[in-house]
Amino acid sequence: MENNIIIDLKNISKQYDGVDVLKDINLYIRKNEFLTLLGPSGCGKTTTLRIIGGFEQPSTGDIIFEGKRINDVPPYKRQINTVFQKYALFPHMNVFENIAFGLKIKKVPKHEIKERVQRILKLVNLSGYENRDVESLSGGQQQRIAIARALVNEPKVLLLDEPLGALDLKLRKDMQIELKDMQKRVGITFIYVTHDQEEALTMSDTIIVMDKGRIQQIGTPEDIYNEPKNAFVADFIGESNIIEGTMVRDLLVEFADTRFVCVDKGFGENTPVDIVIRPEDIKVVPEEEGMLTGIVTSVTFKGVHYEMLVQEKDREWMIHSTVMEPVGSHIGMVFEPESIHVMKKVGER
Amino acid sequence: MKKNIVSFPYLIWMIIFTVFPLLLVLFFSFTEGNVQKISELRFTLDNFKRFMQPNYINVLGRSAALALVSTIICLILGYPMAMILANMEEKKRKFLVLLFIVPMWMNFLLRTYAWMTLLGKQGLINRFLEFLGLPTLNLLYNNGAVILGMVYNFLPFMVLPIYTVLSKIDKSIIEAAEDLGSNRVTVFRKIIFPLSIPGVVSGITMVFMPAVSTFVISRLLGGNRYMLIGNLIEQQFLTVYDWHFGSAISIIMMIMILIAMAFMEKFDKDKEGGRIW
Repeated sequence: MENNIIIDLKNISKQYDGVDVLKDINLYIRKNEFLTLLGPSGCGKTTTLRIIGGFEQPSTGDIIFEGKRINDVPPYKRQINTVFQKYALFPHMNVFENIAFGLKIKKVPKHEIKERVQRILKLVNLSGYENRDVESLSGGQQQRIAIARALVNEPKVLLLDEPLGALDLKLRKDMQIELKDMQKRVGITFIYVTHDQEEALTMSDTIIVMDKGRIQQIGTPEDIYNEPKNAFVADFIGESNIIEGTMVRDLLVEFADTRFVCVDKGFGENTPVDIVIRPEDIKVVPEEEGMLTGIVTSVTFKGVHYEMLVQEKDREWMIHSTVMEPVGSHIGMVFEPESIHVMKKVGER
Repeated sequence: MKKNIVSFPYLIWMIIFTVFPLLLVLFFSFTEGNVQKISELRFTLDNFKRFMQPNYINVLGRSAALALVSTIICLILGYPMAMILANMEEKKRKFLVLLFIVPMWMNFLLRTYAWMTLLGKQGLINRFLEFLGLPTLNLLYNNGAVILGMVYNFLPFMVLPIYTVLSKIDKSIIEAAEDLGSNRVTVFRKIIFPLSIPGVVSGITMVFMPAVSTFVISRLLGGNRYMLIGNLIEQQFLTVYDWHFGSAISIIMMIMILIAMAFMEKFDKDKEGGRIW
């Protein structure tokens, strides 16, 4: 499997004016995979991408590209192309000139440039737009031109920095599917940066969740969603109830003044932990059948389900359910042992 | 209707201080006779015909040539300066831009006089050469001194518009060009320079226009007998009292500048299309 790795980041750290932006980042990227760097703004995901692209130098650590260290290779010599956040199309050139820019610099023969530009325009569904002024195009079209401009060079890796950020919801959804589809067709490694967890879950083969300059979790979308490693990941990926608790011993956890059987072990005895329970994993039952009981304080219709907030003693629980209980009703809550996710407390490293 | 009311004071201002004087100059340029008795003025084209003599044409030619040379020197000096400024970090950049503007707060005449004391026969530079035992130089009252004066006075008008345009170029556009394989030279040739053309055009306009019409610089640094078109106009109005001929020369100069501006404008529009290289 070793030779399947295209990019390897080793102990990458980065400081700006003495402030740590990245702390000891270690990750590898496989050929042809769709990898997403996910995290809130300021978590270091864009900096990581810019280091891979060559626009920033890491303070310490190595970037390995196909087995060679490329720390000192300038961006224009890397076999990597980037789709920038605000597209960064050249305003003084038309669509054809924008897309042909990289090929002209590489001195590709004219007829081949023409052919490749046409082929890539077809791929992004903008055939016939060659002579259009880029500033006359809509956001979605500009976005596709930016992707075409990068892809036409047939890079080994394509970096995308929140490329769909400026588009409206409908267009975003369409473009997500299109991008994923494109990636499969051209067989290029995509490294995608976003703060939108849904986008990350939809498109990625691998997700890297980052916060405060550190990698919080690396895994498939299913792993990240179903087995979040800590409360930050659980909270960031989807909605969660996060409760403080204590691991009494293996397979037994105490929270909300109650002991529950769970499936986690290896935390030691009487260790303080964070408990995460997904809102959709809580079932609403009559009050007397509940493991925990509470009063519904608010109900919001979300389309597929209702989101209910339930006050239980001094805690508030969020429940997603297709059955609505009116505000003020007393209900019981139950959940399976598998739904109780026990995590080490964050911030105690 | 509201718009019209708001624009009214400006309209009056324009009519009193721009349109009316212009019409007056136009009127004088096509008439002859005694300025004091307007009713006795006669229509004529003689003022324009008179200008077509070789010695006047020479003055016009020299004015245009000197202004052109100054503009080119300003561009050559100013463009790199503007680039350095635009690439500086915020704090230093603000300070340096201020340094460029501060001399403009001082009186224009005073600044030009200062050059006389530097370049004169007994000036600072010649004193220094004497001190070193070298022969003194004739630095004042020649084309070189006039060009120096123009470049010194008008350089900020070249630097600032170029600087403004350059600092507005989105950094990610430059990164995109690097990302697509351009080295620094190519980035400049294909991205930065084409995008800065509007600044260059307004810089050229803002230097060339005052340079072609100046009479202070040419008189102080060029000497009494040194004649540029600005001096010629000044002389007609203040020494010879021939307002008619003076007005005619003014009109000719205005037409020249208009043609030059129209030319630059067309140039500017062509370039924005991005088809220069």
